[in-house]
Amino acid sequence: MDLNIVWFVLIAVLYIGFFLLEGFDFGVGILLPFLGKDDKTRRMMINTIGPHWDGNEVWLLTAGGATFAAFPNWYATMFSAFYIALFLLLLTLIVRGVAFEFRSKDVHPRWRAVWDWSIFVGSLVPPLLLGVAFANMMRGMPIDATMTYTGGFFNLLNPYALVTGLMAVGLCVLHGAIFLSLKTTGALHEASRKAAWRSWPVAVVLVILATIGTYLSTNVVSHLGINPGIEPIAGFVTLLVAGYFIRKKQDAWAFVMTGLTIALTVVTAFMILFPQVMVSSTDPAYSLTIYNAASSPYTLRVMTIVALIFVPIVLGYQIWSFWVFRERITEESVLEY
Amino acid sequence: MDVLNLARLQFAVTTVYHFFFVPLTLGLSIIVALMQTLYVRTNREVYKDMTKFWGKLFVINFAMGVVTGIVQEFQFGMNWSEYSRFVGDIFGAPLAIEALLAFFLESTFLGLWIFGWDKLSKRVHLLSIWLVAIASNLSALWILIANSFMQQPVGYEIVNGRAQMTDFFAVVFNPNIWTQFPHVIASGLATAAFFILGISTYHLLRPSQDNAVFQRSFQIAAIVGILGTVGVIMSGHSQMQHLVTSQPMKVAASEALWNTEDPAGLSVLTIGNLQGEEVFSIRIPNLLSLLALDQLQGTVRGLNDLQAEYEQTYGPGDYTPPVFITYWSFRGMVGAGILMLVANIYALLLVMGEQLGDKPKFLRFFIWFIPLPYIANTTGWLMTEFGRFPWIVYGLMKLDEGVSISVSIGMVALSLVGFTLIYAALIAANIYLMVKFARGSGTAVQDEASTAQTAVSLIGD
Ligand code: HDD
Ligand code: HEM
Ligand code: HEM
Repeated sequence: MDLNIVWFVLIAVLYIGFFLLEGFDFGVGILLPFLGKDDKTRRMMINTIGPHWDGNEVWLLTAGGATFAAFPNWYATMFSAFYIALFLLLLTLIVRGVAFEFRSKDVHPRWRAVWDWSIFVGSLVPPLLLGVAFANMMRGMPIDATMTYTGGFFNLLNPYALVTGLMAVGLCVLHGAIFLSLKTTGALHEASRKAAWRSWPVAVVLVILATIGTYLSTNVVSHLGINPGIEPIAGFVTLLVAGYFIRKKQDAWAFVMTGLTIALTVVTAFMILFPQVMVSSTDPAYSLTIYNAASSPYTLRVMTIVALIFVPIVLGYQIWSFWVFRERITEESVLEY
Repeated sequence: MDVLNLARLQFAVTTVYHFFFVPLTLGLSIIVALMQTLYVRTNREVYKDMTKFWGKLFVINFAMGVVTGIVQEFQFGMNWSEYSRFVGDIFGAPLAIEALLAFFLESTFLGLWIFGWDKLSKRVHLLSIWLVAIASNLSALWILIANSFMQQPVGYEIVNGRAQMTDFFAVVFNPNIWTQFPHVIASGLATAAFFILGISTYHLLRPSQDNAVFQRSFQIAAIVGILGTVGVIMSGHSQMQHLVTSQPMKVAASEALWNTEDPAGLSVLTIGNLQGEEVFSIRIPNLLSLLALDQLQGTVRGLNDLQAEYEQTYGPGDYTPPVFITYWSFRGMVGAGILMLVANIYALLLVMGEQLGDKPKFLRFFIWFIPLPYIANTTGWLMTEFGRFPWIVYGLMKLDEGVSISVSIGMVALSLVGFTLIYAALIAANIYLMVKFARGSGTAVQDEASTAQTAVSLIGD
């Protein structure tokens, strides 16, 4: 395996980590106004993700940094092409991040409402936009021979991309609801289960729609064939199995299943792309690939060594941190903040 | 305004804003960790109260640092995509390493620290805040390594119009980093020290209160502060000496030295006209030579000569940085630095004479000194970055070659306005909370989350 492929896989891993972890953060944030009927419940909901959200978000930052280091042309074309989308993504991530730290530091109801709404918007918009971005990279965008994007903002808002964005939101909500039922007790626990059960069929429908869209809009058939292989199918099966476990009230298994669904969905997206990273709709020859977008072999070698050392360490202490905060949040928990 | 200048303005606004919070994070993380170490060692409640009080302010500030940092990470690709293509090979590496090495560490362990008071053993909890402090300062190291490449490119070769890394260790051990990193770390310590001195003073001046927390805090800050202020001045001096060879144009611009001088005098006040002639100037003879070269005699080259020399090397063009900005920002930084040194020595004298309890006459000034390091930090970066004009990568790529091609004026203008507005709203909320918690008493930092009983629903019941 050459290092270009290693880095393509590594970036996929970083996105998997991000959607897996920040996926339930987003879900909890989106559910905040629906399940958090009073201030105390909202505080409990936020506390389920309180110690983790920042560490989870760093997976996205690292994916960005890794793209910059390993595939500078991908970073440059992608970030300038998705300019307005990323601007909105940043705005919403900003208010969300601040809201987590600020909302409980004043008792005024108006103050809290502002930040609670910021958490909601800041959890809803990012997965939507990231879904849209990935769909467009697979579908193809007007990119010229110099790797410069030649379209506008509205090129990005095609039906396929929007459905994919909604699918990302749907999966986050489902994943987040199951996470909440795992982390809480009492009334909130029951409400979260109900939310999981209700959002599951929606997620299933959205995944089906996005899959149809993928067949119609991308070169999945030429890349993977009509039968796309084990990963996408397994991704869908795990989603169905998740429904079974929600019904059986086996939260932990349901959570594993939605986690697998999310991971396999990201894997599928990267399989459809490979070895391209951004498809040009102007001329397939202009597409960015893991070779023409890459850094020099020397940089890739250095970065591979760094990644091999540090990714396991990061995984180690992040897992440990989830272990430290493994207890459920109850009404009696000290809501230290 | 064209895309280039809007993009520059946006970079300036967002980065200066980010760096408004960064130095306090860098320094305060260390000081809070020190305080908690004292607590774990002595088991005295006063140190625990101290850790909690300053820790609260630290977390508020940290949140702002995090969210403004995310913008920085994305901005290179959004506004400076051609630059990103050109240097990605080299510049992306420290950025990715920063995220992997530092951001994961600081964010994970800050979560553990905030929520872990009764979940972790005392020692592991203490270790968490130390890891936050180390990681924050590590992140500064890696981003400055990236910035140093732009100030002084090393360890690369140009292949097919792109800079390619040939030596990772040359990039990491860039000569520029040896003076820049100590300067920034020391500035972090100084910033946090003046922050603590100021807020402690506010409490010490209030009538009849149990002030043990703030007396101890003042003492600790006075000691850490002197390390910071002396460190910042000494490393600043080395930076100047380094710049004489690496970026002589920046030295000339920050001294408004139009003509080469030997020996060169240090400008106290220089006013020039737009044609680049001195109209009025007070200079201390020989001092610039002394500062820049460590000797009374010696040539410091002036703007006009350098301009001619650069045209010969790089072709026709304007190579003179905006003298007004570099000159005055240098004076702002050094002025603040000298004042801080005087103030800090005074603080030390107060501490050694055990006079804090008597509310000495000049004590109240420390409240007004809080902005000094902020002024120095901002003007320092203005000088560093404007003094690099017209280069985005010194000697290799000019600013106008680095800006994104596919991005329109409207898009940059929109994001510039958007960021500015949201940043303005956030700073208001931030200052509100900072003032509120800074005024709170040091002994009973009570948790309002647990006492709040507001039963308002977001979308109706
Ligand atoms: C000398 C120090 C320094 C400098 C010059 C910069 N930063 Fe910074 N940055 C930090 C020191 C720092 C820090 C101390 O590590 C922060 C500030 C507060 C915090 O939470 O971490 C941080 C936070 C921070 C974050 C959020 C990390 C998280 O989620 O935990 C990002 C993505 C960046 N920065 C990126 C950048 C980029 C791309 C910069 C270049 C323009 C930059 N920073 C300049
Ligand atoms: C946090 C501290 C920093 C501050 C306050 C700062 C400040 C500034 C300012 C004021 C400008 C505008 C200068 C001009 O328009 O000529 C600028 C430009 C720029 N800086 Fe920095 N900077 C900082 C750190 C960095 C770092 C760490 C990097 C790279 C790693 C960087 C890269 C750039 C780039 C790419 C530009 C745009 C080109 C330019 O206009 O010069 N800056 N910065
Ligand atoms: C009083 C003596 C001081 C001197 C002689 C001095 C010197 C310098 C010089 C020459 C630079 C430009 C470095 C470059 O372009 O590479 C610089 C930058 C800077 N200074 Fe200072 N400085 C002083 C005080 C301070 C103080 C008190 C602070 C803050 C507390 C400060 C914060 C900064 C910062 C943040 C930068 C930008 C980062 C960098 O390039 O290092 N300086 N200083």
